[in-house]
Amino acid sequence: MTSKIAMRILTAIVALIFLVSWITRSGSGMSDSAFTNVRDGFLITFAVFLTLSIFSFLYRDNPFYKFAESLYVGISAGYWMSYGFWSTIVGNFVPRASRSLSEFFHVPYQERADHILIYIPIIFGLILLTRLLPKIGWLSRWSLAFIIGATAGLNLTRYLRSDFISQVSNSFIPLFVDWKGAGDFVSHISLAADGQFIAILSNWVIFVGVMCGLVYFFFSKEHKGAFGVASRIGIWILMITFGASFGYTVMGRISLLVGRITFLFGDWLNIL
Amino acid sequence: MKRQIPMLILSAVGTLLVVSVFIPSARHWQEDASLYFDIIAVFAFFLGGGNLIRVHAEKVSRKSAGWIYSVVTLLGFGIMLVTGLFKIGNPNGIAGDISQAGSYFQLLFQYVMSPLNSTMYALLAFYVASASYRAFRAKNTEATILLVAAFVILLGRTALGVLLTNWIPAQFSVLQVPNLAIWIMNAPNLAGQRAIMIGISLGVISMSLRLLLGIERSYLGGDN
Amino acid sequence: MGLIISAVVIGGGLLWMLYLSIKGQDVDRRIVYVFVGATVALAIIFRLEFGEVATPIVKSVFDKIENLPAGSKIVLSYDFDPAMAPEVNPMANAFIRHILEKKHRLYFMSLWATGQSLLSVSLNDVLKPEFPDAKYGVDYCNLGYKAGNEGVLNVVITNFRKMFPSDANGNSLDSLPMFKDVESLKDMDLLISVGGGKPGVKEWILFAGDPGKVAMAGGSAAVSAPLLYPYWPRQLIGLLGGTKGAAEYEAELIKTYPRFKDKSMPALRMMGPQTMAHVVIIAFIVIGNVAYFRSRKKGGQL
Repeated sequence: MTSKIAMRILTAIVALIFLVSWITRSGSGMSDSAFTNVRDGFLITFAVFLTLSIFSFLYRDNPFYKFAESLYVGISAGYWMSYGFWSTIVGNFVPRASRSLSEFFHVPYQERADHILIYIPIIFGLILLTRLLPKIGWLSRWSLAFIIGATAGLNLTRYLRSDFISQVSNSFIPLFVDWKGAGDFVSHISLAADGQFIAILSNWVIFVGVMCGLVYFFFSKEHKGAFGVASRIGIWILMITFGASFGYTVMGRISLLVGRITFLFGDWLNIL
Repeated sequence: MKRQIPMLILSAVGTLLVVSVFIPSARHWQEDASLYFDIIAVFAFFLGGGNLIRVHAEKVSRKSAGWIYSVVTLLGFGIMLVTGLFKIGNPNGIAGDISQAGSYFQLLFQYVMSPLNSTMYALLAFYVASASYRAFRAKNTEATILLVAAFVILLGRTALGVLLTNWIPAQFSVLQVPNLAIWIMNAPNLAGQRAIMIGISLGVISMSLRLLLGIERSYLGGDN
Repeated sequence: MGLIISAVVIGGGLLWMLYLSIKGQDVDRRIVYVFVGATVALAIIFRLEFGEVATPIVKSVFDKIENLPAGSKIVLSYDFDPAMAPEVNPMANAFIRHILEKKHRLYFMSLWATGQSLLSVSLNDVLKPEFPDAKYGVDYCNLGYKAGNEGVLNVVITNFRKMFPSDANGNSLDSLPMFKDVESLKDMDLLISVGGGKPGVKEWILFAGDPGKVAMAGGSAAVSAPLLYPYWPRQLIGLLGGTKGAAEYEAELIKTYPRFKDKSMPALRMMGPQTMAHVVIIAFIVIGNVAYFRSRKKGGQL
């Protein structure tokens, strides 16, 4: 009972703040049109309301958060469907399918004899929608097979070229950069970031690191002896990699928070 | 019918895309197949929308727990779809860019979808901070290496790293934290990521081959 | 003054947390949340800013754009959503400024629908007000979004017109002067993808840069930036990683073209709060570990 009353009081406070913000923001609008100012005032206040509703989840789950979350799901689905229709159905199918439809949608009609083929993906697309109908839902596997087949066909050659062959090739790098003999190397040795020693060290770390990393992932042989040592070096290299990734992840997440707080202080409160 | 035809379609499309890479004159097959793939992909958006309506409409009609939030979802979906499909308020009318500034679709994107999307992810900043305090412990050698690398990156990618270590002379400049962070990214991180990348690529290649050869059939589901 | 107030508040709070942790008392997660929020908020309010210098991986992208002859063709793909925008939108805006300042031809496209919406914001907030002489169809054009991820790239690498019968505004590509000598992505001088998810920089390398043998540069959200290092420098000429990468690019742009000094450079502004937050996260890890080792010494659990 007490929590219900508290919720009502909180809702009333939120509504009051919302109203004050809307009126204030509408009054400080930049447009000549009163309607635009009132609309923009409402929209920015609503954006703030949604931002704070999501942040309220940090305290605990609550109706404001649930409202924002539900709205997000609906809005996103509508957004992607609209885009799919305009960018691909109107953008790619209509110009090949019909002159009159192209004129209606203001897209350039493309006259070609083989346009009948453009109905193939439309048929597969419609078949995909049978998934919504339990009795003939199995038909959607045909379309799914097209999508999976295309993905497999595309990925096979591309991953082979860029992520396997090129990566192996990129790992075979000079292990003695600018080498002019041991005497010259020793006399110029330093820990300068752009020096010869660090360049050589980097290339060794890359070459040995890749090999040892791969050894760590090779589970068909027991990790013992020299193989075990290589595997151990491999896991250390991977730990540095994960540490770097963690550091970058923290950076990224903080940036998003900075973005939201900047929005609240700058776009809403105008204090920046 | 339920298994053979999908397998045939998958093998035909996949093989066509692989073979046409090696036959320059057959390049248009690849273009066509990719274009068809893109158009079918859009129907996946429609399928998603249809599913959303089905699930949430059922919740509303049954008045099951939290049905009022399903109403919110359906309302959001409907409003976005109508403003998008009919390009309501678009200054250039039906011919204009769907995201034209000033259109209601773009306004809803900027003031509703955008804050929701970005704040959802901004929450992770708090969770990652909490995890740093509670979970990251130097319990063994591997964990310590991970923590030290993370420390160097976190310090080295800010001005603080410069302030703390710019006194280190030039012949030891790699020990300045920002330089050390760059070195970690360019050498050990690169090596580790490359090892992972090679492993993943082998996985992708073998999975693609299994699919094309009809060995992998899990996408067909369990029945029939 | 702002730095001192921030340092006192943050330092005091951290000491208090250290004290509690050493005593073995649990610090509520909400206190940690408030602390992080307050740190970022203070740094934003007091506008803490630090200088940036471009690192080699960022500088190589800048130099590439800088050294291309005027009129070169550059694709800039908006492959991100609002969740990544605080990090990568500053990069995209910096690229727009640099490319148009150098009088290159700029081809916008997007593999994310949200990218096209965010591009619309950039066009209105940056391109049109700052480059009023740039003509649509001559200096820049917007191809818009197409569904299909890497499938889109697999077509445009050999045939633009098949995938894009028209631009985002319904104009036929043949009606745009800047498409006169363009058949596919292979005719471009530089490809830039700004993103952080899938499809993103990686897909651009696999399906466009490598097969088309076209120079490729990227801007990526920090989360996925480390994953792209294996491509550098042979398959990727350079990379802007997260806000830091964007800030370095902005700093280089201002250094070379001081007229941009008065323009909004959000990434440089964000590096102040970023630094403070990093300090706090490092302190959290240290405090957590101090408490852990103390409790282990005493034989307890944490």
